[in-house]
Amino acid sequence: MIMVELPAHLRTLAGVSGEVALDLPADGPAAVTLSEALDALEARYPVLRGTMRDQGTGRRRAFVRFFACKEDLSHEPPDFPLPEPVLRGSEPLLVVGAIAGG
Amino acid sequence: MTAVRVLVGTRKGAFVLTSDGKREKWDVTGPHFAGWEIYHVKGSPANPDRLYASQSTSWFGQQIQRSEDGGQTWQSAGNEFSYDGVTGTHQWYDGTPHPWEFARVWHLEPSLHDPDTVYAGVEDAALFRSTDAGQSWKELSGLRTHDTGSHWQPGAGGMCLHTILLDPVHEGRMFAAISSAGAFRSDDAGESWRPVTKGLRSEFMPDPEAEIGHCVHRIAMHPSRPDVLFMQKHWDVMRTDNAGETWHEISGDLPTDFGFPISVHANEPDTVYVVPITSDSLHFPPDGRLRVYRSRAGGNEWEPLTSGLPQQNCYVNVLRDAMDVDSLDECGIYFGTTGGQVYASADAGDTWSAVVRDLPAVLSVEVQTLS
Repeated sequence: MIMVELPAHLRTLAGVSGEVALDLPADGPAAVTLSEALDALEARYPVLRGTMRDQGTGRRRAFVRFFACKEDLSHEPPDFPLPEPVLRGSEPLLVVGAIAGG
Repeated sequence: MTAVRVLVGTRKGAFVLTSDGKREKWDVTGPHFAGWEIYHVKGSPANPDRLYASQSTSWFGQQIQRSEDGGQTWQSAGNEFSYDGVTGTHQWYDGTPHPWEFARVWHLEPSLHDPDTVYAGVEDAALFRSTDAGQSWKELSGLRTHDTGSHWQPGAGGMCLHTILLDPVHEGRMFAAISSAGAFRSDDAGESWRPVTKGLRSEFMPDPEAEIGHCVHRIAMHPSRPDVLFMQKHWDVMRTDNAGETWHEISGDLPTDFGFPISVHANEPDTVYVVPITSDSLHFPPDGRLRVYRSRAGGNEWEPLTSGLPQQNCYVNVLRDAMDVDSLDECGIYFGTTGGQVYASADAGDTWSAVVRDLPAVLSVEVQTLS
């Protein structure tokens, strides 16, 4: 079970409150990549497609960041394996809207 | 029972203003999509309760929303806007080639006849069409791939396709305007396009009479006379009487011919409205006085409309998509400002009052006349 914490605007779009629980990796491989977690998130909430990653290129949107276990995963490649505490569900994968503007 | 519904897009959400035919008392709902930029909301002429909204932020990109009940409830529609084929490049601000990159939907134009068909004008400039109520989008790439496309260059606000006009008389004819590429016409339902800019003149360009590069801010059409178009250009108010083949200036006695929106009276095709703005470097009304100008002669002779509008210390702007008319017997005119006011006139502009005063900056105003 992977827990994902979304920023407020994306929670509103997806119609959820609190963290989102994804059934990974219960029946899947022992390792789950950042990309696989985001794929699963978008499959469950199609409205989130394009909000975190460009739908054409798959690139992270400039003002969206990914964190887990106090580490910034934003610049990691798509096949970066999520940390073990995230796979266990004891730490969330954080999707963060960057502080930008003024 | 007639009613008027005003759809307002702002920097921080959408608002729906409704009134009966008297247009004296207003009900305001919103913000819908609080915190998001709503560039445009527009209803289907074929089914007025079907609305489309463009919702975006720099953070989370583009969403399209659809309502089936006049804006009371909304559902997310499709948000994938993929350019058709190899995108190539346009010119960047410094003149270097720059790849086409989708940024946002500026304008949504529902079909005149089919509520499931809607056009989207986007930045970087391109035209998309959906025939399934916004669920999926396909580019009409004949516009972007026009021979001149590689020479198009963005204006300060981005290279946006902001105006889409559907000709209700000549089947398949439509117009599009792009900042700052110019005005274009299609006679085959958007498959192929050609610039319609003869007569436009832009002093800032190396060739002031070039075919492309004119910074068109807005074009308006009266449905009963679609060959006549009125244009607010970066500077100059222009008119064509032959569907864009040639344009002539009608700025006449305006205090300044810079501005953004332009609208035509619903019942008088030669009555035109503009909001003069001081200059391209001073985006506020001359002398701090907010004045709508009306021409009842199709241009050249203009009268200021000031009753009920602030005539001192007013330094707001009125953006290109932020003025519209209703089609009641006594035509109503509406516009929104970057200061968050939405002004309405129920007597063709003679007198004005603020429906709301403290919304976020207004990006767009569309009016539906309901029976």
